[in-house]
Amino acid sequence: MVTLLTEIKEMVLPDARAEGERLWLSPAELEDATGWSSEPEGLCRDGVCVPIPPGRERDFLRDGHVDVAAVWRHLGKPIVHTADGSAWVLGEAAGERAAALRSLEAPDFTLPDPAGRTHSLSDHHGKKVLLVSWASW
Amino acid sequence: MWQGLYEELKDRNFMVIAVALDSREGDPLPWIEAAKPTYPCLIDRDHRLAELYNMVNVPQAVWIDELGRMVRPAEPAGAYEGFRKMDRVTREMPAEAARMTAEAKATYVNAIRDWVLNGAASEHVFDAERARAHVPAPTEGVARAHAAFRLGQHLIRCGQAEEGDRWLGEASRLHPDSWCIWRQRAGVTEHGLASQSDFWAKVDALGERRYYDTVDMKGMPR
Repeated sequence: MVTLLTEIKEMVLPDARAEGERLWLSPAELEDATGWSSEPEGLCRDGVCVPIPPGRERDFLRDGHVDVAAVWRHLGKPIVHTADGSAWVLGEAAGERAAALRSLEAPDFTLPDPAGRTHSLSDHHGKKVLLVSWASW
Repeated sequence: MWQGLYEELKDRNFMVIAVALDSREGDPLPWIEAAKPTYPCLIDRDHRLAELYNMVNVPQAVWIDELGRMVRPAEPAGAYEGFRKMDRVTREMPAEAARMTAEAKATYVNAIRDWVLNGAASEHVFDAERARAHVPAPTEGVARAHAAFRLGQHLIRCGQAEEGDRWLGEASRLHPDSWCIWRQRAGVTEHGLASQSDFWAKVDALGERRYYDTVDMKGMPR
């Protein structure tokens, strides 16, 4: 059983298998957690496909399962995990963050207030927004 | 701090969103309750905003226009280096440092006011080229730091404080410029006076380097 933390989700995957630096997910788990799917064209998401390097299929696919860690490293995205493999974080790539910021589109986010109600930046589209960070010390 | 400005300008299609980069969820609450703000005050325990906007310290602000574009990317929000001259026992500031601190804050608030009233015509609004020059490019180390921070926070929430703290340490090592990450770690291992002295030691270690980057704004004290 593995806890997987992605950009916006935290999921417990009862059938995921961690083996050292590999994390094997079913195709359904992969798509649910990351939005990526394994297709004949390669690894695909939102209509964009990344081919699996020829001869390296077994690094990514085995018995119908996908090593999401191999996928993530292939995409140049950071991945960290506990020593016992029970918790993994699939991070976002620096290049993608940089490109998003260079577009000057303010990244949307959803966060809770003290009462637990969630608020998104996009709730206020159409207004000038001053977004300010602070901390209690 | 922004309540007065918000009340003054809220009828001009202006909103303030304050986000606490605080992982210990109880910590920002007394502040928020005391301030009774009328704009959203949100809790960002995983520092998602720091990751998305490449923030490294607090307070930092981003100006976002009606179309959702950043017209001023993340920068110190009227904060000033003056606090470094504070007497650490009495917490008093020398007169000159206090004056410049107040001037920095007033300059920033006035600039926001100018933007809200004048929109894109405000001299404080960056065109696309200038805005891009102020967007730092996160490195792979920084991207990995955010992942490490997330894992550390998760482990701490699960009661695995020691391993969690190791990952926060790794995050700090990968992103040494981030005071946000450092600040959270300091909170995990120690409280109160001990973490304050660590803070001053780290500030002193900056030497000539700035705690708050200079703000590219006319009238802002250097």
